[in-house]
Amino acid sequence: MTALVFRTLLSHWRRRPFQIVTLLLGLTVATALWSAVQAVNAEARASYAAAASRLGGDQLDSFTVQGANSFDQSAYIALRRAGWEVSPMVEGRIRRADTTLRIIGFDPLTAPPQMGTGATLDADELGGFFGPGGVAFAEPDLIARLDGVDLPELRAVDGTPPRTLLMDIGAAQRLLDLDGQLTRLVSVPTATGPDPSDVTGLAFTRTPPEQGNDINALTDSFHLNLTAFGVLSFVVGLFIVYSAIGLAFEQRKPMLRTLRACGVPLARLLWVMLAELAALALIAGLAGVALGYFVAAALLPDVAATLDGLYGANVDGTLAFRPGWWAAGLAISMLGALIAAADTLWRTVHLPLLAPAQPNAWLGAQRRAMRWQIMAASLFIALAILGAALANSLIAGFALIAALMLGAALALPTLLSFALRVGAARARGPVSQWVWADGRLQLSRLSLALMALLVALSANIGVGTMVSSFRETFTGWLDQRLASEIYLTARDEAQADAILTYVAPRTTAQLPIFSTDLRWQGQQVELFGVADHATYRDNWPLIAQGPAPWDQLRARTGVLVNEQLALREGISPGDRLSLPTPSGLWALEVAAIYSDYGNPRGQLMVNVAGLTERFPDVDRLRYALRLPPGQAPDLIADLTERFDLGPQQIIDQQAIKSLSLSIFERTFTVTAALNVLTLGVAALALFTAMLTLQLMRLPAVAPLWAMGLTRAQLARIEMGRTVLLALLTGVLAIPVGLALAWVLMTIINVQAFGWRLPIFLYPLDWLRLVLLALVAAALAAALPALRLARTPPGALLRVFADER
Amino acid sequence: MNAERFFPLLFAMLLLPVAGLGQGFAGLGTDAGEGFAVPDPQTRFSFPDDHGPHPDYRIEWWYLTANLQDEAGRDYGIQWTLFRSALAPGEAEAWSSPQVWMGHAGLTTPEAHFVGERLARGGIGQAGVVADPFAAWIDDWSFEGATPANASLGASGDGFAYALELSSDAPFVPQGEDGYSVKSAEGQASYYYSQPFYTAEGTLTVGDQQIAVTGTAWLDREWSSQPLSDNQTGWDWFSLSLEDGHRVMAFRLRQTDGTAYHSGTWITPEGTPQPLAPDALRFTPLATTRVERSGATLPTRWRIEIPQHALDITVDALQPQSWMETLFPYWEGPIAITGSHTGRGYLEMTGYDEDTQ
Repeated sequence: MTALVFRTLLSHWRRRPFQIVTLLLGLTVATALWSAVQAVNAEARASYAAAASRLGGDQLDSFTVQGANSFDQSAYIALRRAGWEVSPMVEGRIRRADTTLRIIGFDPLTAPPQMGTGATLDADELGGFFGPGGVAFAEPDLIARLDGVDLPELRAVDGTPPRTLLMDIGAAQRLLDLDGQLTRLVSVPTATGPDPSDVTGLAFTRTPPEQGNDINALTDSFHLNLTAFGVLSFVVGLFIVYSAIGLAFEQRKPMLRTLRACGVPLARLLWVMLAELAALALIAGLAGVALGYFVAAALLPDVAATLDGLYGANVDGTLAFRPGWWAAGLAISMLGALIAAADTLWRTVHLPLLAPAQPNAWLGAQRRAMRWQIMAASLFIALAILGAALANSLIAGFALIAALMLGAALALPTLLSFALRVGAARARGPVSQWVWADGRLQLSRLSLALMALLVALSANIGVGTMVSSFRETFTGWLDQRLASEIYLTARDEAQADAILTYVAPRTTAQLPIFSTDLRWQGQQVELFGVADHATYRDNWPLIAQGPAPWDQLRARTGVLVNEQLALREGISPGDRLSLPTPSGLWALEVAAIYSDYGNPRGQLMVNVAGLTERFPDVDRLRYALRLPPGQAPDLIADLTERFDLGPQQIIDQQAIKSLSLSIFERTFTVTAALNVLTLGVAALALFTAMLTLQLMRLPAVAPLWAMGLTRAQLARIEMGRTVLLALLTGVLAIPVGLALAWVLMTIINVQAFGWRLPIFLYPLDWLRLVLLALVAAALAAALPALRLARTPPGALLRVFADER
Repeated sequence: MNAERFFPLLFAMLLLPVAGLGQGFAGLGTDAGEGFAVPDPQTRFSFPDDHGPHPDYRIEWWYLTANLQDEAGRDYGIQWTLFRSALAPGEAEAWSSPQVWMGHAGLTTPEAHFVGERLARGGIGQAGVVADPFAAWIDDWSFEGATPANASLGASGDGFAYALELSSDAPFVPQGEDGYSVKSAEGQASYYYSQPFYTAEGTLTVGDQQIAVTGTAWLDREWSSQPLSDNQTGWDWFSLSLEDGHRVMAFRLRQTDGTAYHSGTWITPEGTPQPLAPDALRFTPLATTRVERSGATLPTRWRIEIPQHALDITVDALQPQSWMETLFPYWEGPIAITGSHTGRGYLEMTGYDEDTQ
């Protein structure tokens, strides 16, 4: 009997192939977007873990010199000769073939065995590896991309980190222009020896193996953002599934009733329906995960570029195949189908065996539902308002967004119903009154699709406002921050002196930018020393300040704090803080707070003379050069030639600006893509809902046709009403979207990055979006309206015969 | 993670020169070729220059062994060796240098055998040798003094360390024909001289125990580009310090056909060398030991006969498990001499692996 029941139920889909397509499509899209985001996150996390384990990073201690990017390799020799079993490394970045390549140089003879590289060399190749030409290992894809580029001989080794060349330390020093210099030493954690600082005279710090924690902490907020988008897409996708399943239920109601009347037990009917659902979910899940894989593969390069640009985290741009991810995709598809079908299953249980359909009972049910919805909406909105006042973590921020969106979505039917009642009160004539009243009747079925539209539209407005505001702020900030024409990093102090002397006649100012790393309040912060100059006084982007910040800085009594550090530590201008220096604590007053976008770390700024006085060993290598306009390119070319400078050593303002902006744009490429997809899904939800409604509403429309309205008139009314509802939803989405933007910028951004951003309003964007929603609604209503217009009169007539 | 992908580069790089060729020990049986210099019988040593490195030759070593006793008369042995191996002839600047250095240190007691190993690139100062004033070093291991005849020696490793003062008034002794040491019937040869007359004094550290010791020591200096013939698989090398003041260097190079090439030097107490012809020496393994760490089975008790000097002795390893567990593993340890003569010495055996007797 089970098989028979199953066949009977399935026969419905054979007659309505379009319905099953919508259902599968909805579930597939929901699963795909969800899985894509999960895949991107998983890939990024796997990359962090692999990066930590590669070259033994998760097993080896690191030795670096405080406040210096590199140090002379004589320090390495001194440590070896003092009994330290350390191994030298030199790391850096170069640009070739439009790609930033990470160069890692190591010494295979002293490298601890934990430092596997995945490479093997024959005996007779060893000479070449050590020799002046050198051999570099890289992943095969990268080698293909670097064909013909001037580099050491490249050898393909699977598993080499992305965009990385692994080579002998000597070859790496030549490539990075770091002859005789090392950037760090590594050792097994058990290595011991006399105090490295005593041996070398350099301030060595030893850091234990990294477990990928640093990069995880930095990038967590980014991944949480992505996850939130994934959830949003999934929820919107479920609206489609809900509509499709609801439609199928309405149409199969007579069949279900007949089956029950024929003696099929309710439990068995439910089991068969669940089995049917599971089968559909499985198909959609498989398709969804496959589709998700392609979406993820398309998104990943941008995500990788973003993570690299924002956090320096290296993520492989290609997607690996992970079985766990397939399983999770299928599970989420099943779960989604079950959630979307819960209502239908519940109604099947309570299906009156013999009672005919009672359209007017809808209205009663709708009133009850609306009362329940408005109560829930009030609760959520109250929670959101409470959250706005209290939220102090990223999770709380996202919970706040969830409460805001849910509250707004649940309040939507009531608000629309109110608007329709206002319209009805002004209606003249029976047709007009019917249009408004019938509109309210439809709300219960249409409201879910409209909620989806509201969520998608307000997410678009919110995220769009955030991105545009951020871009506007960021561009202005870059202009202020990068006021100097050329930024110079010398190899050593002798070179710095030589260059400065040489360029003196051509510069209007030479501003030192010295820095050292500090451990302060349990965190690593950068301490910068800058000169007292108009470049800073006139341009530096201060967001809160005391009476005379630059005078305080010049007097060496003041310190500037970047925004993220100030927020983290609750610092405001006028506060006093003490910094650890080699000669004891340095008491300073906070003179101002400055914005510092794109930097995940805390930063402090003091007068450069004060810095060199307190930290006599600080490297004096970096300078900003001010020159008359238009002379930067010539000077850079001249200096590069004369002093044999590497591309990282001398950078002009324009190059930094365009690099920063491109990183910024990439950061939000993924956001924009997900935004568009969400809106598309919402339009699809509206479309399926309209289709459902049109079929269910034939009994309601038939009497009007019988009273003399033409089918074309009816179709126009249906379409006009849908567009009106979409318009109302779109208008309501604007305040919701702005509230969302406010939460994103004042809570999420602050928690995630430590940046508070001013909100700018973009009414033209809203207009465009509302128009887009209207077009989507019109398109969604067009097909059902067209079908109504073409419904044979016989079908309308049959309503009176069949349904009663 | 795929284990193969993370196979350490180091192993692959340094093992292949040996494993891939399957001839000779540690690649010593390869062709000179590639522009390396070849020893010639006419050249005579010139000191102090020849205490320093000869980068045009493929391999070279500074090889010190010492037989030591503590106050209670217990026997110990130490080894300090610096190997130079050239990937190409000559020197180049900094990391481009083709010279690779390898240090081995051993300390043997009747109960245990300790081993340390260090590797370094040439050209950067981590390891090297300077002839005058003499200094040979790798990391914190060193052999330094005004000349190699009066020098301090030190090394350390897992669980052991030693520091010794070495001195000798005797001349350096050329081995073979005035320093030209022939290694096969086909004429492969090396430059080879020794200082077999050191007295040694110093401290051994075993675990956390400090032991004051005195004794004798022996330095071997050898360089070449192809010291072994293709058909030679390894050697058994003896340095004997006899109580009557004589010193004997004797070795047997084993060949793939089961025969062996013999050579040695009889050194009078005054330091006058008398080369021993291949048929003047007889070596007879008397007992073998299976090395626990590698599974190799090798002779640790020998009978050695030099009829023309009325020498017929039995040598016994102080510690039969004196296995040097290094990149190129071998056996090296102190021996006691009984029979027609008595004394102490050192034995080195290479080219024994699991299935060789």
